[in-house]
Amino acid sequence: MSDTDVIDAVVDRHRRDGTRLMQILREIQEQLGWLSPATLTRVAAAVGWPRAMVSGTASFYSFFHTRPRGKYCVLWSDNITDRMLGNADLMEAMCKKLWLEPGRVSEDGLVSVNTTSCTGMCDQGPALLVNYRAITRMTPSRVGEMVGLIRDQTPVAEWPAEWFAVDDNIRRKDILLANDLVPGQALSAALERGPEKMLAAVKDARLRGRGGAGFSTGLKWEACRNAAGSGTAPARYVVCNADEGEPGTFKDRVLLTSYAYLVFEGMSIAGFVVGAKKGLLYLRGEYRYLLEPLESTLAARRKNNLLGKNILGTDFEFHIEIHLGAGAYVCGEESALIESLEGKPGRPRIRPPFPVTSGYLGQPTTVNNVETLAASCLIAAHGGEWYAQHGTEKSTGTKILSVSGDCERPGIYEYPYGVSVRQVLEDCGATDSQAVQNSGPSGVCVAEDEFGRRIAFEDLPTAGAFMVFDETRDMFEVARNFAHFFAHESCGFCTPCRVGTTLVRNMMDKIARNHGSPYDIDELFKLHRLMQGASHCGLGNSACNPVFDTLNKFRPAYERRLKSLDYEPAFDLDAALSQARQMTGRDDAGAHFAANSEDEAKA
Amino acid sequence: MNAPMKAAPAPVKKLRVATTSLAGCFGCHMSILDIDERLLKLLDLVEFDRSPLTDIKHCGPCDLGIIEGGLCNAENVHVLREFRKNCKIILALGACAINGGLPAQRNHLDLRDVLEEVYQTEHLLGRGGIPNDPELPLPLSKVHPIHEVVKVDYFLPGCPPPADAIWKLLTDLLAGRTPALGHGLLHYD
Amino acid sequence: MNATNTFQLDGEEIPFAPGQTIIQAAAAHGAYIPHLCWHPDFSPHGSCKLCTVKVNGRFGSACTMEAQPGMEVENRTAELDDKRRTLLQMFFVEGNHFCPSCEKSGNCVLQATAYELKMMSPHFDMFYPDRPVDASHPDILLDFNRCIMCSLCVTASREVDGKNVFAMGGRGILGRRIHINSESGRLGDTDFAATDRAASICPVGVILHKRKGFAVPIGERTYDLAPISAQVKETRS
Repeated sequence: MSDTDVIDAVVDRHRRDGTRLMQILREIQEQLGWLSPATLTRVAAAVGWPRAMVSGTASFYSFFHTRPRGKYCVLWSDNITDRMLGNADLMEAMCKKLWLEPGRVSEDGLVSVNTTSCTGMCDQGPALLVNYRAITRMTPSRVGEMVGLIRDQTPVAEWPAEWFAVDDNIRRKDILLANDLVPGQALSAALERGPEKMLAAVKDARLRGRGGAGFSTGLKWEACRNAAGSGTAPARYVVCNADEGEPGTFKDRVLLTSYAYLVFEGMSIAGFVVGAKKGLLYLRGEYRYLLEPLESTLAARRKNNLLGKNILGTDFEFHIEIHLGAGAYVCGEESALIESLEGKPGRPRIRPPFPVTSGYLGQPTTVNNVETLAASCLIAAHGGEWYAQHGTEKSTGTKILSVSGDCERPGIYEYPYGVSVRQVLEDCGATDSQAVQNSGPSGVCVAEDEFGRRIAFEDLPTAGAFMVFDETRDMFEVARNFAHFFAHESCGFCTPCRVGTTLVRNMMDKIARNHGSPYDIDELFKLHRLMQGASHCGLGNSACNPVFDTLNKFRPAYERRLKSLDYEPAFDLDAALSQARQMTGRDDAGAHFAANSEDEAKA
Repeated sequence: MNAPMKAAPAPVKKLRVATTSLAGCFGCHMSILDIDERLLKLLDLVEFDRSPLTDIKHCGPCDLGIIEGGLCNAENVHVLREFRKNCKIILALGACAINGGLPAQRNHLDLRDVLEEVYQTEHLLGRGGIPNDPELPLPLSKVHPIHEVVKVDYFLPGCPPPADAIWKLLTDLLAGRTPALGHGLLHYD
Repeated sequence: MNATNTFQLDGEEIPFAPGQTIIQAAAAHGAYIPHLCWHPDFSPHGSCKLCTVKVNGRFGSACTMEAQPGMEVENRTAELDDKRRTLLQMFFVEGNHFCPSCEKSGNCVLQATAYELKMMSPHFDMFYPDRPVDASHPDILLDFNRCIMCSLCVTASREVDGKNVFAMGGRGILGRRIHINSESGRLGDTDFAATDRAASICPVGVILHKRKGFAVPIGERTYDLAPISAQVKETRS
């Protein structure tokens, strides 16, 4: 099949619908390797979009390649937990064996090796993606074998199956993970209640969003249900946010692996309540390997009359589609996610209007977290009052934590809300802990004297990440890793985040190179104050959180790196002369700067 | 002298000022001279240390150091550090000191390519090879504005800053006022 | 207009029509709220964040927030102008803004706003990015070194010219840039015309008309005549 045949077949399968651009581009790239200028032109013509818009989308997502990529594209997950498990050394060893510079495609076009944001395998790292397939538990010997397979050009499909094994690592189950619901049970209970009573049950349960922000699910569904659609084909939509990009979070991975029926059932219940016929599950590109199993779960549900028309003999109709993301953390923000679902760059929208009144395709849309939707099944089956008995007054039910870092038993822990940080540390076998990064980089860094605090909306709200750092860890380096993450993931739309995240990253690197001074610390505080208030969305508003928290709670980790009390340049002055030394062959005293400016002045 | 004096005034201690042009064109210094007859007033208030105006070669302890131009070579850095060490206040004067200006246009080129082009490849220039005399300062790989290397207290933009702006800023500083430039005095071109 | 439809902008009473944003109402009243990406003829973009104000004590963008009766809006306070100055410094370090050699100097909204806010230096370390110049079009030059990502050209080309010559693409500080609607990525290969609205909308010196540089002498250019804050009414089209 020629390239144009491949392109035409893909766009035809997607009905030449531009809003399906993400899926079109991904499927074409999976077959052709990359998205060439000619490919983008042909796709644009087929979907009837301006070419600049198509290239605008293609260039936004990390997993789309508008330049040729290696036949083997290796991306090491670079979350701090992967770092702590030694990914940097492994990646260096891999690059050395392949005679390769990170980020560069080898001259023969065979392979490229680079880093990527957290792939959600923190409990079984160091992890990586090979041609966007997840591999866990990298070791030095696996690196050696992998390099051999790449050199021999063995297709990834023929690589050892155990490399691709992803374990659930469920360590503690509570009402959700230990549920005994059979597929269809919750949905049929909801259908029996009717939409109004089902909505009332969700409100009685006082269910709040599990993505971290904690908005009332009942109110969200009610607002969506009450919003009138617009245009000639008014509709409402349910969107399941499975763009689990917050570093250190992997509970949705497990829910979608072993509890997918519950998630789809929750989407159906939401659809029933709000009056939607269609649901979209937005799955992060890192979880590409889950696409086929999820599709077969959907097929089974259609077969069993749990999806489609006349569900369980009623006149309720509901369909679910899966959309894959392509490597953009910002798409976890609900309006950016909707933009992405519509085939555009994941840029958070101006709000209001909120998605519940104007979301996907401008129609009322409820966007809910994977865990929230799964929890709604328990409410459908057991009632709101039953659900509200669990957890605390303001935080009902349970929360699934993704525990990783310095502990004996990383994995998935489900607790009723209100559990203390100390209890979780004890259960996961963490000793000598100095800090926990709760809810990921955008959350809160909890120091030892705060381990009595509780996981709950009223104390420590969380999207699920729980990264443990023992006292051997350098909390400055933790914050620096997160600063790099935010600079990489900023969408670039608003000034404070686009430039601010880069300035913060540069200042953290300056301090790491021992070029810092108290001046730089003041600057970090100043940037925090600006970005927190002026940014367009949550990414920019919270991007300085890890720096701010560690500056307050682990200040000596910064101070011991400072070079002097006076202002210091960010770059090494003597190194700035090295090119000229090389070109002139000079190495006399005048061709160097003295080690510091004090000596300089004496000289 | 508006206020009546209670007693005979003690002789006013003149402020000591140093100036230099680093990677600049001396245009900012020309603009200092453009304050014209006000120079005489200025000389009542200040005395010059190291400056192209005095030909003093090294900067002693000063109240104010005025820097024109950015940093393109090792000597620029030495001079800037000498000023920072000796001057209580450093003023970055003009576009090049503030953002690198025209010399910084080479920053998107690799220094190696620049030196090769000028001293080796270029038809008429390239005869002598890249100069390696120890008397010559080595170029930095990139041109930097001065605030990237030392703490700078005040900035006066412009290419060059207008004489009126220089006068306003200096008189503000001498009077102990935080400098404030109104419309027309603050410009970047 | 309803008599109760007013809000307070730095203590001044500003009338507004229902549906107007804070900046629309302020501009109609001749009151200046610093901004770069907002233009009275187009729907708000909300990206530059220069128009960040404090509404009843909370930060918000004046270009996207609808005016509400009785709102108390802080605008030109030391705190807000300080943040705006920092945002301007961010623009000046992320791009290559060398005013002495720019044709737009004196007529540039970025420059005039920086004068208004007394920006004396870029403050941060310069990024000196490598950004291309596109001279492929017979009448128009594009110098992306000065782009502030306001998207006004994108909107004008789409909404007024009906052409979609530009789109915003890419991600983050390194990727985000204007994409041009041709496979070559060159303006000369599009149907862009010097008479397009998009050709005259750029607030900075990216979209320039060839052979027309430096036409107005220094001293007579738009912002030589009066500061940008004194030209609010005049800039409304």
